[in-house]
Amino acid sequence: MLLIQCPYCAVERPELEFRYGGEAHIARPESPSELTDEQWADFLYMRSNPKGVMAERWRHVHGCGRFFNALRDTVSDRFLAVYKAGEPRPAIEVSAPAAPNKETGR
Amino acid sequence: MSEAILYSADGDTETVLAAPGLRVSRTRPVARFAFRGDAAAAGKAGAAFGASLPMTPLAANQVAARAALWLGPDEWLLLAADEPPAAIAAGIEAALADVPHALVDVSERNLALLVEGERAARLLNTQVFLDLDLAAFPVGMATRTLFAKAEIILWRLGDEAFAVECWRSFAPYIEGLLLEGARGL
Repeated sequence: MLLIQCPYCAVERPELEFRYGGEAHIARPESPSELTDEQWADFLYMRSNPKGVMAERWRHVHGCGRFFNALRDTVSDRFLAVYKAGEPRPAIEVSAPAAPNKETGR
Repeated sequence: MSEAILYSADGDTETVLAAPGLRVSRTRPVARFAFRGDAAAAGKAGAAFGASLPMTPLAANQVAARAALWLGPDEWLLLAADEPPAAIAAGIEAALADVPHALVDVSERNLALLVEGERAARLLNTQVFLDLDLAAFPVGMATRTLFAKAEIILWRLGDEAFAVECWRSFAPYIEGLLLEGARGL
């Protein structure tokens, strides 16, 4: 089980207390009626889905109830940083992905 | 002890579980409020309530038979055993007439179980996945968390005493799991 730091409670809590909220820093367009269908579909459905560091939203639903953002490496599943909603994405130097383990292939 | 003033055992139906070094009991009803608001509203509410609303995460502030528990950056649980809910609500609302806030009477939603004894932390840890060591979870700390699949508010009243605030309908589930857990300790 993952231990996730909540930036509001300032404690590490088990993953069970949290809900995943999708990719972070996706702003709703100011005037949706002026967008083309493609632009609207982009906003609704298209996500970056990177292999590596990703900024995503989490909610401490069984704790303080707050949404916050986290940087997580989708390869190692490690949390690199957590920060409060509304704060800019912290600069984290992205290290090269670890070489695959020859025995497990992962 | 001061916590006995807030939470007192509930007469005939009090004992859920009694074992060596372990006691789980139901408590008498108390007035409970869910309070939401910013820091300014919380300051005024604390002054009117008689127990200031803590601004530190996971803190609780108890004054005699009243307590305010930090649940989130803008959310507190208020507990009071000395007056009926309507009188308390009227006092807080009067002080907050011009400040945006939400004060909801949840007295009937929750009930509290007292888990006490030298094995209390071990019993809770059968279903609560938090470190309940005194260094990590000191006396006075309160937090919302999970008890198996039920959401609870866990408040440490003493070295060997915890209050478990849970939704009324979840109480049989929690009591049942506590009984099961105690058999395996």
